[in-house]
Amino acid sequence: MSRTALRHHHPVTPYLFVAPYVVLLVTFLVGPAVFGIWMSLHNWDFMLPGKPWVGLQNYRDLLDSGSVIFHPFWNGMKNTFVFVLISVPFLVVIPLLLSLLLNQKFAGRTFFRAVVFTPFVLGVAVVGLLFGYLFDPAVGLINGILNGVGLPKVDWLTTQPQAWITIVIMTIWWTIGFNAVIFLAGLQGLPGELYEAAELDGAGRWARFRFVTVPGLRNVFLFVVTTTILASANLFGQPYILTKGGPGDSTTTAIMAMTNEGLRGFRMGTAAAMSYMLALALAIISIANFLIMRERKPS
Amino acid sequence: MTTSDPVRFGRRALLGAAAAVGGGLALSACGGSHGPGPGPGQATATGKGGAEGYDGPPVELKYWNGLTGGDGPVMKKLAAKFMDAHPKIKVTTTSIAWADLFQKLPAAVQSGRAPDICLMHTADIATNAARQVVQPIDDVVKGLGLAAADYADLVWKATFYKDKQYAIPLDIHPAGLYYNKKVLTQVGADPTKPPTTKDEFMAVLDKCKSKGVKGYWVSALSIGGLVAQSMIFQNGGYMISEDGTKTGFADQPAIDAITYFKSLIDDGYSPKNAAGDGDWVSFSNSKAAFMISGPWMVTPCKEAKGLDWGCAPIPVLGSQQQTWAGSHCFTLPRQTNQDKNKATAARVFVNWMSQNSVGWAEAGMVPARRSVRESPEFAQYAEVKQFEKMIEWAHFPPNVPGSGDTDPEWSKAVSLAVTGKKPIAQALQGAAQKGDQILTANKKKYGG
Repeated sequence: MSRTALRHHHPVTPYLFVAPYVVLLVTFLVGPAVFGIWMSLHNWDFMLPGKPWVGLQNYRDLLDSGSVIFHPFWNGMKNTFVFVLISVPFLVVIPLLLSLLLNQKFAGRTFFRAVVFTPFVLGVAVVGLLFGYLFDPAVGLINGILNGVGLPKVDWLTTQPQAWITIVIMTIWWTIGFNAVIFLAGLQGLPGELYEAAELDGAGRWARFRFVTVPGLRNVFLFVVTTTILASANLFGQPYILTKGGPGDSTTTAIMAMTNEGLRGFRMGTAAAMSYMLALALAIISIANFLIMRERKPS
Repeated sequence: MTTSDPVRFGRRALLGAAAAVGGGLALSACGGSHGPGPGPGQATATGKGGAEGYDGPPVELKYWNGLTGGDGPVMKKLAAKFMDAHPKIKVTTTSIAWADLFQKLPAAVQSGRAPDICLMHTADIATNAARQVVQPIDDVVKGLGLAAADYADLVWKATFYKDKQYAIPLDIHPAGLYYNKKVLTQVGADPTKPPTTKDEFMAVLDKCKSKGVKGYWVSALSIGGLVAQSMIFQNGGYMISEDGTKTGFADQPAIDAITYFKSLIDDGYSPKNAAGDGDWVSFSNSKAAFMISGPWMVTPCKEAKGLDWGCAPIPVLGSQQQTWAGSHCFTLPRQTNQDKNKATAARVFVNWMSQNSVGWAEAGMVPARRSVRESPEFAQYAEVKQFEKMIEWAHFPPNVPGSGDTDPEWSKAVSLAVTGKKPIAQALQGAAQKGDQILTANKKKYGG
């Protein structure tokens, strides 16, 4: 039997099915992305009639330590890297533990599953203001509690490393539910027989986790780690609202450097070049991540 | 407004409106890729300038400003008064922090949703004029019958970019000296004679020091603002040269000014590591004798409990009578689709505001219009009158597009220098070098 004999549809049908998505993708992702490359090769100000072509000069400036944009950009990249490094482990491990907990059978399980996910539906502005109040050095609840138990007040937002700690705590509270739900779905997809078999072979709690759960969640891990790194690398709203990029420029992230350059300084060409440098870095990290976590074939 | 004549719109006005509409179409049609030089959207605002009042159908005006502090409510009150006098014109005031406002305004103009009136500082005019965010208003000014003589010279000049006028000044706000009478008495200085020279200023600070009072708080985070800049101007220096090609960050006047303020910390007249608003906090709590700031602090000082204070012109810390100054002024953003009723109403609004700006003195601001300053109503604002004395000293930034782009380099360098993390000359030279690069790039971008 040939394949064509099985086909009961018109040849263009599959393309029609994907068309709505492709149209959106091209309009809002591929189109702007290509346009961005074009912009990055010009001195681009959308209000000025003249947008002179500069070739690769914007990229050269990003690599020239004597240029004006060198420090803001690389400082932003460094801060973004710092945040990825200190936030991703927490953003992966804590949701994993939570999902293990929520996978147990106990009364009110559905309620707690919903509760864990709730903060994620809030906007960053809401969460930012909330944590701004909580961690306010003078009138905040956190310092109030510290004061109440006789501990000194902490300048949560204006000193380092406290500012990073605050931002990481806020990010964990805000986004924990998303990863937890993904892990939970992965856990529910693991076949129960494997656990039974492992138990029969004398595997304890830890061994079952180490040799059944973790390998079974490999693809879920890959997804969670990759998306979490990408999300953390796009850090913007939390420091924008909580610390305004301070103290100094120590929490000014790469995206903030780009908005300053492009939307406040109206140099969209250099801002676009910056975003392509960040995209390149993220692509490399994602590929490395994929290679490290892929399933190793027994040799 | 009692005039019952319908608003006359001249032929030029109609042509102008047509050109503006055409310009908008041209922009959206070719994606703004037409050649250099002012595009067709650069239609000049025309019409009688609102001197005749408004008698058309009811209109609603959008008015944007960046007055998010204590001056916001004062401006809202003025706008309400205007609406009482003009029942056909409704003004919706939107206050957005300045930095955000200048991010949103160009986008609003580009998408045809520009506000009808926008308040800005004279320092922002050149940038927004070069980027065609605001329109030239020479005809409006003529229609209102306004002339340079009606305003202080310096502020009038500051509203021009490339020989065209873009704004009508509302106020002038020069930096001045605030003194705490209680602290002065306490350390044995005369509370009725605020210092006018550097020697007198230091004499009081010495008295403070001998009594264990830190007389003037210098913060590494904020001293580079109007305080150090005033001294640089007094030293004969500049922040940006008149032609906009060079920063004065590492010139001797700037090095001398920063050296002086750092010495106030090193010699114990100021505490180390004062917060950015340390000058205000110390002054309002009667811990310090002086604060140097703009007239917008008059109202907070009046409201501070137990504060016995006065204000005076800034002491001459250098060699000339100069001081940092800013000015709020009204601009008319470019409209891609100009509604002629709104255009007329907007002009009526600007005209009325300028004539009734004495109410703005409530926010501490010195009215820019001479007739208002000479009015008996203004005479009652004794504190603001002190700032008025400095009108001829006022130093406005040059009318160069993108002049604010160098600010971050300057404040970063000042912070490094004052905290002693870098030698003063070295820190300032680094900023000057980066600043000059920015100015050169801007020169190229905005076509000189």
